[in-house]
Amino acid sequence: MSPGRRIGLALLLIPPLVWLVVAYLGSLAVLLVSAFWTTNAFTGAVVHTFTSDNIVRVVTDAVFRTATVRTVSVALVVTVLCVVLAVPMAFYMAKVASPRVRLALVVAVTTPLWASYLVKAYAWRVLLSPEGPMSWATGYSPGYGLTATVVTLTYLWLPYMVIPVFAAFERVPDSLVDASSDLGASDSATLRMVVAPLVFPGIAAGSIFTFSLSLGDYIAVTIVGGKTQMLGNIIYGQLVTANNQPLAAALSIIPLAAIIAYLLAMRRTGALENV
Amino acid sequence: MTSTPVRIGFALTACAALVVACSSSQPAGGNGQTPPKLEPLSALGNGEGQLNLITWAGYAENGSNDKTIDWVTPFEQKTGCKTNVKIGNTSDEMVQLMRTGQYDGVSASGDATLRLIYAGDVAPVNTSLVPNYATISSFLKDKRWNSVNGQMYGIPHGWGANLLMYNIDVVRDAPNSWSAVFDDAGTYKGKVTAYDSPIYIADAALYLSKTKPDLGIKDPYSLTPKQLDAAVELLKKQRENISEYWSDYTKEVQAFESGTSVIGTTWQVIANTIRTDNKVQVNSVLPKEGSTGWSDTWMLSAKAAHPNCMYKWMDWITSPEVNAQVAEYFGEAPAQTKACEHTSQKDFCDIFHATDEKFAAELHYWTTPQKQCVDGSGDGCTAYNEWVDKWQQIKG
Repeated sequence: MSPGRRIGLALLLIPPLVWLVVAYLGSLAVLLVSAFWTTNAFTGAVVHTFTSDNIVRVVTDAVFRTATVRTVSVALVVTVLCVVLAVPMAFYMAKVASPRVRLALVVAVTTPLWASYLVKAYAWRVLLSPEGPMSWATGYSPGYGLTATVVTLTYLWLPYMVIPVFAAFERVPDSLVDASSDLGASDSATLRMVVAPLVFPGIAAGSIFTFSLSLGDYIAVTIVGGKTQMLGNIIYGQLVTANNQPLAAALSIIPLAAIIAYLLAMRRTGALENV
Repeated sequence: MTSTPVRIGFALTACAALVVACSSSQPAGGNGQTPPKLEPLSALGNGEGQLNLITWAGYAENGSNDKTIDWVTPFEQKTGCKTNVKIGNTSDEMVQLMRTGQYDGVSASGDATLRLIYAGDVAPVNTSLVPNYATISSFLKDKRWNSVNGQMYGIPHGWGANLLMYNIDVVRDAPNSWSAVFDDAGTYKGKVTAYDSPIYIADAALYLSKTKPDLGIKDPYSLTPKQLDAAVELLKKQRENISEYWSDYTKEVQAFESGTSVIGTTWQVIANTIRTDNKVQVNSVLPKEGSTGWSDTWMLSAKAAHPNCMYKWMDWITSPEVNAQVAEYFGEAPAQTKACEHTSQKDFCDIFHATDEKFAAELHYWTTPQKQCVDGSGDGCTAYNEWVDKWQQIKG
């Protein structure tokens, strides 16, 4: 490599590296460190003395445990619902629909991404209201609560699941499916043994989006969640209401750990090897 | 190549070094005993052309909500201070925003003021530079929530009570007791609303002080652990009947208008907004047990980039005409005694007991609970951070 090209390469790589190390890993490091600090009980100002009290509290306090279980469950249910909705839809889009219909569907799936998060969440607040359009049309509305939160989050994150699954289906060559049925496999056997393994990495990629986005969400639940709270609300409450930054930092290690655990589980299935 | 355990060891050592390096034994900020020494401004200069405020909704109206409600534009025209307003939804949010150092001043309630003073976030105020201060109600000056050792840390703005609001088409028995949202909340199961802040524990404590005298609650902000638990128990029972908690005032407006909530605690300004929209009919009352309330003070940031504009604002907002306007719009008693001559509703000050010192003394103003009981009854009380934890437990 000539010196000129080497300099060019360095100039190209330095900005993203600086971003990764300083902004990305740096902020995580600050978070981890501040979890070991404490605050002045009265003024709420951060006191830089080392203590492990916050971590101990996060692990032992029953409220945090219930909220963690609730939040992770919501994230898992949202992910499962997204998969259930996205797989048939993506299959239809990639393999059945005519090019014109396919284009229309891709546009339909991605258009909601153009609207603001808050607008969509408030739209669901109106829709699910006890005297709102849904109960008027169907005579039933779940009202505000955990169910409404799951429904709203599923709606919000569905495109992040449909698009990777659609891309995965598109990459499955039709010839493989034909070959499988020529060799005598039934449709379900083809789906199970040929298509599913090829599509799974797409589902895994989508599920990482839906899981992590649901895990960190605390706004939808304040809009449609009624009186329930998620882990994000507790972290926000400790940070803004209690002004207890160290405890908030200690609490945010929980979703961080959950995401890492999820990524490791995904890696174990082999889904991340050729995404 | 290094083995994995060794690498993990290196990583852990590096993390530990980071923790130690960033920790120190010196306490940061005020120690909670005495506020940091800061000098008040000695003379007023020219305006800096800009002013950034944190206020309660309805305190700095510039005509964007209601064209006829505007006292910010005349201020800008008179002083040349272009005013940016950031609404704070809770006292805690205001404290947090003030700590960013990006704002010149705040309309702080009594549960925020001391935290700001002792942390050195706000500066003492030279009241002689605010001419309208002279005629402010004397019972609002040099109080435990706005001054330290006779040094004022702001200019009083106004005060009022948290009220009980209900939808008159659904709640037909005209309740006049907080029992409607506590012991009898089951009547409107799933339609009750409450303020989403730990300070709301004081509302439950006030109710208990009247209904369960054997608990011995004297001041709703000075609770022993046992009294706090009793209040928390009451709020946990209340939660079964709650539809939603509100902190954002527009959320309560919307919840009442859509019928999701029919009864709960409110501010006069929210009731006024619902009446203006005229979608549902509501009534707001001061229940017989009395109420918690607020007494707000305009405070000047210690890091204010535009202190002269802030001084001009503090004088403007407490001038008789403007203080009357804002008090009528928000629905509270004006701090300025002369404001009573300028209200559009002639008996406004009588209704809000604006100059009634005895009435003012009976409201339980938001105060930050401290270990050292705020009513002076000893040091066995529960501090605000415990209230926050309890509040999170109530919400489950």
